[in-house]
Amino acid sequence: MGSLKIENIRKSFGQVDVLKGIDLEVKDGEFVIFVGPSGCGKSTLLRVIAGLEDATSGDILIDGKKVNNTPPAKRGIAMVFQTYALYPHLSVRDNMGLGLKQAGKPAEEIKERIGIASSMLSLDDYLERRPAELSGGQRQRVAIGRAIVREPQLFLFDEPLSNLDAALRVNTRIEIARLHRQLKATMIYVTHDQVEAMTLADKIVVLNKGRIEQVGSPMELYNAPQTVFVAGFIGSPQMNLIDATKLGLSGAKTIGIRPEHIQVSKTSGEWKGAVIHVEHLGADTIIYLQTDFGPLTVRLFGEHRFDVDGVLYATPDAGRIYRFDNEDQVIKDG
Amino acid sequence: MAKPTASPVRTGIVHLALIIYTLIALFPVFLTVINSFKDRASIFRDPLGLPTPSTFSLIGYQTVLGQGDFVLYFQNSFIVTGVSIFFVLLFGAMAAFALSEYRFRGNTLMGLYLALGIMIPIRLGTVAILQGMVAAGLVNTLTALILVYTAQGLPLAVFILTEFMQTVSDDLKNAGRIDGLSEYSIFFRLVLPLVRPAMATVAVFTMIPIWNDLWFPLILAPSDATKTVTLGSQVFIGQFVTNWNAVLAALTLAIVPVLVLYLIFSRQLIRGITSGAVK
Repeated sequence: MGSLKIENIRKSFGQVDVLKGIDLEVKDGEFVIFVGPSGCGKSTLLRVIAGLEDATSGDILIDGKKVNNTPPAKRGIAMVFQTYALYPHLSVRDNMGLGLKQAGKPAEEIKERIGIASSMLSLDDYLERRPAELSGGQRQRVAIGRAIVREPQLFLFDEPLSNLDAALRVNTRIEIARLHRQLKATMIYVTHDQVEAMTLADKIVVLNKGRIEQVGSPMELYNAPQTVFVAGFIGSPQMNLIDATKLGLSGAKTIGIRPEHIQVSKTSGEWKGAVIHVEHLGADTIIYLQTDFGPLTVRLFGEHRFDVDGVLYATPDAGRIYRFDNEDQVIKDG
Repeated sequence: MAKPTASPVRTGIVHLALIIYTLIALFPVFLTVINSFKDRASIFRDPLGLPTPSTFSLIGYQTVLGQGDFVLYFQNSFIVTGVSIFFVLLFGAMAAFALSEYRFRGNTLMGLYLALGIMIPIRLGTVAILQGMVAAGLVNTLTALILVYTAQGLPLAVFILTEFMQTVSDDLKNAGRIDGLSEYSIFFRLVLPLVRPAMATVAVFTMIPIWNDLWFPLILAPSDATKTVTLGSQVFIGQFVTNWNAVLAALTLAIVPVLVLYLIFSRQLIRGITSGAVK
């Protein structure tokens, strides 16, 4: 129903190469998230898939059909935008129905599909309102409804939650996850927020500087990062990346250890450090240490009391240490 | 809700300055209007006096309307101004959309070229324009005036509308594309309604110089059938004798339509600003 294949996509704006050869396969019904820092090309890739930008070279296949020269409306896609992008002069109903009307669907069918979508998103009471009369969360629901009504093979989300406040973001995230289960549709979702990526995705695609760094399930990326970039990007607080030479270790350039995989003790341990700052989050306590080899972040579960400027000894879990070579690739333990 | 810093004295001074400015700006208009209702002798004897029962006279209006041609002159002015505004807005908005929306080689250069007309007054080209109109057989037609005024209004329209159209969200246009709207529908149905305040501004800026222009009607269309109001009222100004009653009455009449149009456009302008368009 909605598989997607991307073959060697490149995109340049003048001299600047934004996408430098992307290959990717998305299976029917998968929830795939593109994640990466700003400027990594994730939104451009989404626009190329949507047909809003032409790729400089490469092929896009939706459902096995090449769509390089197909206009966006004929690709069987629907897109939800960061800024909602509702038509300000149309009612919610007309916003949702415009695409179908353009496609020449009979009025009865349009009405029925709007009815299904609006009850799914509990928008029934707002159908006759204008977007200006809705709250941010409601507007985003209308935008999602507009996508659902089209019954697309492929849903594209371009940072849909970044304009919402924190509480609403969690709710809408849950709603999107529910929709994915309900519709069983293929969804591609762009975000820079790794929490959204980890919680929603079947498969995460980490992009950096126009290339794919790694593709995998959230837990694969967390447990087996292939590169220093992925190791540093996935997980919060960030993984500690330590210059191996400062630790006196050979055979690797960088050593990585996640803050949650370090034990601390007041009396003895592998690394000695001074406490610079402590953050109490209730469920977690995050300790920032200054050691001989630089700063070190430690995350402990539960509540702990430590004095700033006190001395602590940190010991990493031996099995959780990652080693990276000169090309920033992970070294597999032989 | 009053701002905490606004003391009554400060507000008073600001209002006083604005009132004085308004009085100065309205004074010539006021003078024109009151004198148009007086007889000839009292215009000269007491130019600042309001019309009294003894000095009140409609002789000016009778002369103007009695001439018969004035209805035609008004009609000419309306046609020329209205059609010119329409073309300026249509072509200006289309050019602005192309410049702001599409990436193509020479985009910036094209924008500068289209804005060049703001810096170079069109009257410098009068001789060439006249030669062109003669060659095209358009002298003494309203078409000639409409063509010239459209050209005259376009540069500023393109300039202002380009800036405004850049503020229309890309996501909105892209949403339209995904919903299957053609580029023309996106332009007419999504972008134009959102830049309506800018269109009203451009319409006002375009309208007033066209309505008031004496130069091009005098050169390109001085025939009786194509005279505009401004040119028409010149018949009362002679080298030796000027029929002031008629001149003032004609000018007063000429203010009315432009005032009405201005009110219409400025209401659009305010409505556009306050309609709370979604970004």
